[in-house]
Amino acid sequence: MKQQIVVSGIGGQGVLFLTRVIAQVAVDQGIPVLTSESHGMAQRGGTVLSTLKIGNFAAPLIRTGQADVALFLWDANLPVHQPLMKEGGALFINSNTEGVGERIDASAIAREMGKAVLSNLVLLGRAVNSNALFCTEGQCLEAIEKLAPPKFVEQNLQAFQAGLRN
Amino acid sequence: MTTELLMGNDAIGRGLIEAGCQVAAAYPGTPSTEILQSVINRRDEAVDPLHVEWSVNEKIAFEVALAASYTGKRSAAVMKQVGLNVAADPFMRTAYLGVKGGMLTIVADDPGPHSSQNEQDTRLFCLQGRVPVLDPSSPAEAKAMVEPAFALSEKYEMNVVLRPTTRVCHSRQSVALTTPLGPDRKSEFVPDTGRFCATPAFLPGLHKALNAKLEQIAKEPDWQPKMVEGDGSNKGLALVASGIAYANLVDLLAELELTGTVDLYQVLMPYPLNPDFIDTLQNSYTKVLVLEETYPVIEMQLAHPGAAGKLSGAVPKEGELTPDVLYTALADFLGLERQQNEAVQARGQRPSLCPGCPHRAAFYSIKKTFPDGIFPSDIGCYTLGMNLEAVHTVHCMGACISQGAGFYQAYRQDGGATPTVVVTIGDSTFFHAGIPALINAVVQDARIIVVILDNATTAMTGGQPVPHMGIAAGGRKTKAIAIMPLVKAAGVEFIESCDPYHQARFEELLRKADEHTRHENGGVAVLIAKHGCLMDPAVRKAQEAAPVQITEDCLGCGQCVEIFECPALSMDKENETARVDGDRCHGCGTCIAVCPAQAIVEGGMI
Ligand code: SF4
Ligand code: SF4
Repeated sequence: MKQQIVVSGIGGQGVLFLTRVIAQVAVDQGIPVLTSESHGMAQRGGTVLSTLKIGNFAAPLIRTGQADVALFLWDANLPVHQPLMKEGGALFINSNTEGVGERIDASAIAREMGKAVLSNLVLLGRAVNSNALFCTEGQCLEAIEKLAPPKFVEQNLQAFQAGLRN
Repeated sequence: MTTELLMGNDAIGRGLIEAGCQVAAAYPGTPSTEILQSVINRRDEAVDPLHVEWSVNEKIAFEVALAASYTGKRSAAVMKQVGLNVAADPFMRTAYLGVKGGMLTIVADDPGPHSSQNEQDTRLFCLQGRVPVLDPSSPAEAKAMVEPAFALSEKYEMNVVLRPTTRVCHSRQSVALTTPLGPDRKSEFVPDTGRFCATPAFLPGLHKALNAKLEQIAKEPDWQPKMVEGDGSNKGLALVASGIAYANLVDLLAELELTGTVDLYQVLMPYPLNPDFIDTLQNSYTKVLVLEETYPVIEMQLAHPGAAGKLSGAVPKEGELTPDVLYTALADFLGLERQQNEAVQARGQRPSLCPGCPHRAAFYSIKKTFPDGIFPSDIGCYTLGMNLEAVHTVHCMGACISQGAGFYQAYRQDGGATPTVVVTIGDSTFFHAGIPALINAVVQDARIIVVILDNATTAMTGGQPVPHMGIAAGGRKTKAIAIMPLVKAAGVEFIESCDPYHQARFEELLRKADEHTRHENGGVAVLIAKHGCLMDPAVRKAQEAAPVQITEDCLGCGQCVEIFECPALSMDKENETARVDGDRCHGCGTCIAVCPAQAIVEGGMI
């Protein structure tokens, strides 16, 4: 099993948490995983990108045209990060407008749940529902439970499930 | 043995604990910060007592770790590449004088650069300082290097540098943990004045001994380049890579189905490079592709007539060696086709101060009060004040006050009116390198305004404690070193403090400060802009307020978006009015003053 995944957003949207959840699933399944992420100045509201390589890889960065799946939390990043995608790769976008890829207004769903930042897990739910990722619903639930702060586990699980249903 | 998903920096931190390191000191800086944080978080996993500290700057962190090593214990100083410049003085001398217990200087480099003022290569610094340096290619490898690096340091009584790069520091990987060691060493400092106080008379001898050690270290079997032999289909060619460039190369070869078709060397220790390795490459290969970040440190030492690399121009001389960049270099070297699809070029949204950030209010007031002022600033989140045109220079930690003084002296000697110089410096940076500069400015009678942006944390690196907070690494209570008496002791006579959210008062104080700098008996004026960082949930909670609203009076002039640039505000292109993103607005109200039409009003119910 080998999969290359892109998570794109802006600082403060929970790109890193989403990345960690997916990576944790791989670890729990005993699959090697490498991720890269942005830190420091770039996280101050600017564009952030993390990449995940699941399976037998040596480095975390993804070459242009090689990503199998992409999760966009910020649709304005499409022109910047879509070139990383393989032709025919699975593209999931948090957006309330029409356009390429599978779209879901994850922010609206998360806002209804009382916390806009949960859009990251809503989008993950949507992608898992489409069977685009290497992992299953149950495996993701387990990883979220492991990583979310105890106080917010319930809320995080609900956000993920909302994504599964929508 | 368990396996955990670890960030590279966390892996290195765990590695320090596994190796029985007992003193770890650091100054935070991306991409190195999480290394010490990891040691703090994992303190309970250590077998022996462990002292950790966020030192005031890197020179101090280095000297603290060095002294601990003199007592025979294992120690580490942690910093980013530009931090090594601050620690350069003790670092260079330590190469001659050596260490006792194993000492690692962990210096994180930032090719790209993603979050730094330059791309300098610590390996080159080590070559000039004559210090062995190790170049890990992944989080797992970085961790695995820590213990043997301590052993190497102890064997030769030399400081050893571990140099991860951003893509190692901030990658995550499944990493195997091993049981922490407990060397259980008791401090035992044996004075050796000829060595530890070496006067120039001793130095030629120490230098000679250093050179002899380096020759031996270069031949240490465990640290030799690792070779994966090719099948002979690319005879006379070799690939040489180190650090993350090696890992990227391995993936690229696999993707192109070229694994095992060409001889491949991974260099673990770029300096000192084994002379036999250099000979082997000279004698066995006509062409060698050298892939390394950031400078041609290996390539220079190889001096191979058929080397393709940064010196020859085959590999770009700046920036990260991303898989796309590597592809082009490899394709040219092996005679493959260049790639069709364009590499990602655009950068996306630029970074910006957070919604509700007190720095934004301070910068807006500074620019408004002194439209023609000169604004030197410094390293931290507040560098982003340049988006508000209230930051004109950013050089290196602490430079802003001395630069401000320099601007003043240059204008003053022309006679005539001097422009207002407003320096902005964060609280952490002030402690790091601002204090000597402030003393100098006072003594040289530089008439400048110094605004200390005190948000009670080291914000850009994620909130490490600052000396005036009364908290040390790991939350331990300590003495709080107040800024105001320090400033007073430095001879400053105008000192005021104000929350920059209170814009009218803040602007009034700025004008008063300006008067002070221009008064016959005046001098340097210091204004402390005090408001906690909004990244701190406690600060956010304490000032909970409803998002602001935009009324019908909005002219659509865009000033609040373009000049003030709060990320919670944007322009609604269709309706030509401003729009508030209720998810991001903290209701701080500092944008209200910006609108010429008074169309921004305090929020209603949450
Ligand atoms: S809210 Fe005020 S500053 Fe912003 S666009 Fe409207 S009129 Fe201009
Ligand atoms: S009140 Fe204004 S400045 Fe403060 S966070 Fe909201 S939009 Fe930004």
